[in-house]
Amino acid sequence: MKDTIAAISTSLGIGAISIIRVSGDNAIEIVDKIVKNKNLHQLNSHTINYNHIVDNEKIIDEVLISIMKSPRSFTMEDVIEINAHGGIATTNKILQLLLQKGCRLAEPGEFTKRAYLNGRIDLMQAEGIMDLINSKTDKMRELAISQVGGNISQMIKNIRQKIVEILANIEVNIDYPEYEDIEELTNQKLFPKLNIIENELKEILKNSENSRLIKEGIDTCIIGKPNVGKSSLLNKLLGEEKAIVTSVAGTTRDIVEGNIIIDGIIFNIIDTAGIRETNDIVESIGVQKSIELTEKSELVLFVLNNNEVLTHEEEEILNKIKEKNYIVVVNKIDLKANLDLSKYNIENIVYISTINNQGIEELKNKIKELYNLEKIETTDLTYLTNARSIALLNEALESISSAKIGIKNNIPVDMVEIDIKHSWTKLGEIIGQNYSEELIDQLFSQFCLGK
Amino acid sequence: MNYDIIVVGGGHAGCEAALSSARMNNKTLLITSNINNIADMPCNPSIGGSAKGIVVREIDALGGEMGKNADKSQIQIKILNSAKGPAVQALRAQADKIIYPKEMLRTLNNQVNLEIKEAMVEDLIVENNKIKGIILETKDQIFCKSVILTTGTYLKSNIMVGSTRKLEGPHGERPSHFLSDNLKKLGFKIIRLKTGTPQRIDKNSIDYSKAKIEHGDNVYHTFSFDNEPNYNIEEQIPCHLIYTTEETHKIIMDNLSKSSMYGGLDDIESVGPRYCPSIEDKVVRFKDKEKHQLFLEPESIYYDDIYLQGFSTSMPYDIQEKMVHSLPGLENAKILKYAYAIEYDAIYPTQLKQTLETKIIENLYTAGQINGTSGYEEAACQGLIAGINASLKIKGKEPLILKRNEAYIGVLIDDLVTKGVRDPYRLLTSRAEYRLLLRHDNADLRLRKYGYQVGLIDDNRYNKFLEKKQNIEDLVNYLKNNKLTPTKKVNKYLNKLGSAILKDGITLYDLLKRPEISMKNIKDFFELKYDDEVINQVEIFIKYEGYINKANKEANKLVDLDNKKIPENIEYDKIHNLASEAKQKLKEIKPTSIGQALRISGVNPSDISILMIYLKKEYQK
Repeated sequence: MKDTIAAISTSLGIGAISIIRVSGDNAIEIVDKIVKNKNLHQLNSHTINYNHIVDNEKIIDEVLISIMKSPRSFTMEDVIEINAHGGIATTNKILQLLLQKGCRLAEPGEFTKRAYLNGRIDLMQAEGIMDLINSKTDKMRELAISQVGGNISQMIKNIRQKIVEILANIEVNIDYPEYEDIEELTNQKLFPKLNIIENELKEILKNSENSRLIKEGIDTCIIGKPNVGKSSLLNKLLGEEKAIVTSVAGTTRDIVEGNIIIDGIIFNIIDTAGIRETNDIVESIGVQKSIELTEKSELVLFVLNNNEVLTHEEEEILNKIKEKNYIVVVNKIDLKANLDLSKYNIENIVYISTINNQGIEELKNKIKELYNLEKIETTDLTYLTNARSIALLNEALESISSAKIGIKNNIPVDMVEIDIKHSWTKLGEIIGQNYSEELIDQLFSQFCLGK
Repeated sequence: MNYDIIVVGGGHAGCEAALSSARMNNKTLLITSNINNIADMPCNPSIGGSAKGIVVREIDALGGEMGKNADKSQIQIKILNSAKGPAVQALRAQADKIIYPKEMLRTLNNQVNLEIKEAMVEDLIVENNKIKGIILETKDQIFCKSVILTTGTYLKSNIMVGSTRKLEGPHGERPSHFLSDNLKKLGFKIIRLKTGTPQRIDKNSIDYSKAKIEHGDNVYHTFSFDNEPNYNIEEQIPCHLIYTTEETHKIIMDNLSKSSMYGGLDDIESVGPRYCPSIEDKVVRFKDKEKHQLFLEPESIYYDDIYLQGFSTSMPYDIQEKMVHSLPGLENAKILKYAYAIEYDAIYPTQLKQTLETKIIENLYTAGQINGTSGYEEAACQGLIAGINASLKIKGKEPLILKRNEAYIGVLIDDLVTKGVRDPYRLLTSRAEYRLLLRHDNADLRLRKYGYQVGLIDDNRYNKFLEKKQNIEDLVNYLKNNKLTPTKKVNKYLNKLGSAILKDGITLYDLLKRPEISMKNIKDFFELKYDDEVINQVEIFIKYEGYINKANKEANKLVDLDNKKIPENIEYDKIHNLASEAKQKLKEIKPTSIGQALRISGVNPSDISILMIYLKKEYQK
């Protein structure tokens, strides 16, 4: 049985719609797992159907789903195309869900390749496709390697080295069971080693998530009581950076309403409308609403008025946002300072005056600092390889967790090793390193064996 | 004189090749330079071991002889890794070096269709790249349909000790000087390999009080699936364990330049095995290690030689004396045979097909050390496969090619013909991707059907196997269909084992999946009228079902790729987009399937995509 592949078929960007294509024996079954109305099996081939993409209960997007059953499809396999509402964040989320539910990310040109191998495309096109696949895969391998360049790549290499030492130890215990002077790597000794590896993988995953955030945009909310200067701040950020503000109508997903791009990084501003309306609607947003907003956000900009003392509501929010990435923005420094924050121990604080155009640069620098933007070469990142390595990293992490479960269930170490080896292979795929004799080489350089 | 198949060489590969050929009804001739050396064990006195022990069982499952012969000649047997999972357990026996060859020779002599001749083979008769027969040193010609070369280390062998080099094989036997040159003339790429063997010590001169005793198992084992144990556990001969001393290491370091490999000889071009370094290699490479482990292994109950495992060296005799006498318990030891290194010619194995037929000469097969492997078991299994495939080809039948997920034998041959060798190849469990499937306990379930199909397993043996298979199925069904109900007694019992108590009935099958429950516990409540082998098999299957399924899933991907065949007449030059390194490797190795192509180092996934598209276009119009 062929595995089921998925990829975003439209070019990425902030377009009106985007299409995610899924092909393979399990296409219908997998997509069915991520839609609200789970009726895909009953639908006729070559129909377009209204549905919602859901992550557990939460609705991600309102979509149209086209079903083309084998063999009457581009690849001659079961194919599903999901028409989503554009925007990198949503499209990517849908793809991630598909990968989680059992799809594999398609290699470049793989749909075309399958179409050809399954006899769908005529021979005339074959030579051209060969060139295409050839260049694309090579380039992709390069990308796959360069994309995780620098620190993460080195971290993965270090983890792989730790794993291969474990593997070699287990293998040598098996192949040379009577060598008493070689340490026997038991499950008990293995467990803490796996804990370390698991934590390191999680750390890398977090870093990768950071770069993903950067590529997809950082959900940001600007909160503060009325007239504190939220909309002025927004307008400053927008105006100066010639930001794109789009309004995505007709979706029920998160209220991402505008994007600011700072140094090439997208910030998805949540509830811009809410901010704008506050000029007209005098009543306050309310603590509850503010906290709800912060929960949906990756970054919180909390605007305070330099001229006024801190209210109880503001104090409450201040304590709450410390769990998030936040920046306290003290506006109106052109006015007399009545605000006293000295007892709050605030890590990230910037003083601005939207009227005098003061401190905006500092704010942007603070944001960059918060996300380590200086260190991340955004030009090296491509969406595709990034999602691919994250999927592989997740697999590697799952295998280590599965090995730990095995140990808890008293599974013999040589079987637990199957999972550890799988993790090692997956990490190798990320950095483009999989040399079949690697383990054997390690075995003989690490241990002294012989007859 | 005319034969169907001629086997050249009477070592472990030659014996299996000759027996399988004769048993598959071919008129067979085995030519050896010395009948007394048939099935000789020139190095360690043991059969089996990690991975190797599984190979012996695979040979037995297919209808080969090594397992049966080892059962007849073992003087100690144990199961390795018994504390680990079932996938890595393997048998190892100390085999008596007198009994083993004697019993094998008896079997060969009793075999119909098989003749044995003592002679030296010097050349092959080849017409139009097809084998016609062999030419002896005496210039006599013998004609046949197929030849299987199993010449071991005897191709241009040199024995090296210190700064001396002698043109001879093990035991001072005459090597074959011309055969490898003639193979080269036929177009074969020949490589030079090296191995070594340690000293033999007179057992009466050893003070065993300074050594740790190593016993055989106190339960019965047999290699062969058909044999019942016929030895006495109490009468097994023990081995002993000692360690090198600081003094030993000092002697080695002080005299390093006298070793053949460290300057004693300046014309060493061969590559020695990484898994089997000499003691000087170990001391040099692992300087921090204070001591190295050595085993004292009895070679036979009929003579006094003790094999000093771990002490292989190419030092001159006088230094060897000093080295041995620096060992605890061996202060006054008498060396009966000195250690030596040996260099020999081998064929670079990528010149072979998966059937072990050479690509250049039709109906010429090679097996064993001539193919760059090391070890009795590795040799024997190749001999068996070469014998089977030579026979099948004569009969016009499809060859027997074992897959990597079916047998260690499949792993070994695929590695050889796909990757070639850098140093003498030894099987290791780490070479098998799917070792959970390639267990010692299920070799018959994996392979006996093939043995039956090719005619090496008779109806009697096969029916016995089918019965076992049926029993396994029956027991699985029984466990699925019967439940343990939550009585007070049951829950008290479970509680005592630290197992969750029952609220509803649970099938025995599901109960057995609990880590703390074993078949033994189930037997406390239900009578299972099956023998231990069946119960054990079912227990492994149920307990590790999740892991086995994982392995099967991975293996199926491989099978898929291996089933995508590449035609023999493919012209790689016609595929424009292939990277040049890949093109060169593919032309050299001529993989028979996409799966094999993918395992060649230097062939990348993108090359495979291009290859697949080309195949589709050219061959499936």
